[in-house]
Amino acid sequence: MIVVEHLTKRFGEYLAVNDVSFQVGQGETLVLLGTSGCGKTTTLKMINRLIEPSSGTISVNSTDVGQQPGPALRRGIGYVIQDGGLFPHYTIADAIATVPKLIGWTPEQIQERTTELMAKLQLPENLLNRYPAQLSGGQRQRVGLARALAARPPVVLMDEPFGALDPFTRRHVRRELFGLNELRETTVVLVTHDVAEALELADRIALMDAGKIVQMGKPDELVHNPATEFVRDFLDL
Amino acid sequence: MLDFIRQNADKLLQQTLTHIGLTFVSLLLALLIGLPLGILIARRKRLASGVLGVAGVLQTVPSVALLGFLIPLMGIGVGPALVALFLYALLPIIRNTFVGITEVNPTVREAARGVGMTNGQILTKVELPLALPVIFAGVRTATVINVGVATLAAYVAAGGLGEFIFSGIALSNTNMILAGAVPAALLAIGFDFGLARLQKLSGRKMRAGALVFVLLVPVLSAFVLIPGSQDRLVAGFAHEFYGRSDGYPGLQKTYGLHLRPRLIDQNLMYEAIRSGQVDIISGYSTDGRIRAFDLVVLQDNRHAFPPYDAALVVRQTTLNRYPDLGPTLNLLASKLTDSVMTALNYQADYLHQSPRTIAEIFLKQMGLYKLPTPGERSETVVLGSKIFTEQYILAEIFRQLIEGKTQLRVASRTGLGGTQICQDALRTGSIDFYPEYTGTGLLVVLQPSASVLNTLPMQPDSVFAFVRQQYKEKYDLAWQQPLGFNNSYCLMMRRQQADKLGIRTISDLVQYLDAQ
Repeated sequence: MIVVEHLTKRFGEYLAVNDVSFQVGQGETLVLLGTSGCGKTTTLKMINRLIEPSSGTISVNSTDVGQQPGPALRRGIGYVIQDGGLFPHYTIADAIATVPKLIGWTPEQIQERTTELMAKLQLPENLLNRYPAQLSGGQRQRVGLARALAARPPVVLMDEPFGALDPFTRRHVRRELFGLNELRETTVVLVTHDVAEALELADRIALMDAGKIVQMGKPDELVHNPATEFVRDFLDL
Repeated sequence: MLDFIRQNADKLLQQTLTHIGLTFVSLLLALLIGLPLGILIARRKRLASGVLGVAGVLQTVPSVALLGFLIPLMGIGVGPALVALFLYALLPIIRNTFVGITEVNPTVREAARGVGMTNGQILTKVELPLALPVIFAGVRTATVINVGVATLAAYVAAGGLGEFIFSGIALSNTNMILAGAVPAALLAIGFDFGLARLQKLSGRKMRAGALVFVLLVPVLSAFVLIPGSQDRLVAGFAHEFYGRSDGYPGLQKTYGLHLRPRLIDQNLMYEAIRSGQVDIISGYSTDGRIRAFDLVVLQDNRHAFPPYDAALVVRQTTLNRYPDLGPTLNLLASKLTDSVMTALNYQADYLHQSPRTIAEIFLKQMGLYKLPTPGERSETVVLGSKIFTEQYILAEIFRQLIEGKTQLRVASRTGLGGTQICQDALRTGSIDFYPEYTGTGLLVVLQPSASVLNTLPMQPDSVFAFVRQQYKEKYDLAWQQPLGFNNSYCLMMRRQQADKLGIRTISDLVQYLDAQ
């Protein structure tokens, strides 16, 4: 469960995020939707403290994120970025083991979890010793997700996770991934500018513009009751 | 050349090992300093331009000049050579570490932060492994640079393949030069090739290879520390003296002297003996530093060194063209005795007076000084000199003498780096005359057969007569009257030590060394 209150971020004179508040419930998927530069990615990165807020508070599972050291906090929060964000010099096995190793799992535990995730994400075992460059885009994205889920974090943040895929693969992969039980139990905040993706994946959508949330609600509510002309326009209704 | 290598195989091996050792000790130091520095400036970019600027400036200092700066600070030997090599290796390593790290994809770096790596973990697990190929390219550059620059270590008695190169140049011995240059080039190519192969390996293999290389560096470095066996007294000889038949080989033959000399630039020998880094040096008997540094010349009681009477060697065509030149030059015949010349050298070496001032004062004392008459001087003669104090002073004396007494203009080509170079310059007409020594003319230029040498009495007059006649015949060059001093090769020691050990002659020295 994530609680964001009066979150503001300034870059010098520029107000990137302007007094944003929202909550994400246990197991819920919230999509931050909006145009480039609307502040959605900045908001996301403040949740795991990749960016420090100028003011406001964020708590994850009732703990103020500002009270924890950044690296320790981030190990407990899954993070997925465009094209997986994989390290070019890590094999797929290394990639999935990244966080478990950082938090000191035994090799047996890691081995077991890796096998489990590979099966769930429909990745063939023979990929384990390959490098990211040897995989397809869809495979890389799945490995990126496997890395984020490896240590079973209660919260996963995703920043345009399917942005690098072609429309066909994108639809295919996201259906597959969001069909996973494992992800259904996890609290997810996902950033995208793709309306169809938002409508398909979100439990709730927060549509942002110029650093503010313009409207927040279930996909149906946005579609049927757009709060402003901008919402109507953006959703192309 | 193969013959030469076969005869000097053990020496070549030792020099090669020293060379490798010098290269890798300095590389190791540069890695130890350069890597952290590169990482630091990749983190604090504000420092980058400053650090890279300083390292870049160090890189542009000519290597000989850098050694020149280091000698007063560190003396001779391995120390200054290592520091110079270290400074040259620094820039490629710092720069490539910096570039390698800063060029890591920002997305990858953010992903590393995003999964919860600390800054240290990001560095060791992500940035350094990804920067490794670039860093490695820097190490490769540094290695090749160092193999090349390490040849100059011979200049400061640090050994290495430069010993053959320097000696070869001093002696105009092409085989000797090649025996040093070819292995040095092969080393550079070999290391470059090996490191390039390592660089081409992908991912894990390359990291393993790089690790092996890093572990190997200290092992290779150890070569420089292999202790050479020590004599009771340490000798430091100039490259030329070490190789010339009338130098060290002559001593070996006449006295049975056997040393393991360190080879060093002739101008640095004196500093080395003064500071006690060596105990015996080769030198010239009229050198001003003998007096300045309180050295004593060991008596050549068995006449191993032939006479070295100084005189000008002039092109006959030049003498014919300017009839007043010859008589002018001979105004100083027999005027410059041993003691006069030593005193003049002393004024330069110890009192640091300029050759110009010394020459002027001397000519005034002789009553030969005359201000040049003003007016256009259309005719020029070119005066050469070798690269040591005495020759600079002689050149200046004759320049002032000629310009005072004749209407000729004198152009100076001072600092010609060896007998063979002077001889070639003279024969091709690049210079018209220069001061030479009879013994040198005999043994370095004429190089008569052993049978001729055996019949020739090693007396000043006979050697002079022989050299004059041979030069005239073979090269159309004219020896003028001897100037009066005999600047022969000699061995010298610190007076204090020589007195303490009771060594006065070279025979005493041999006896002392053999007694061990």
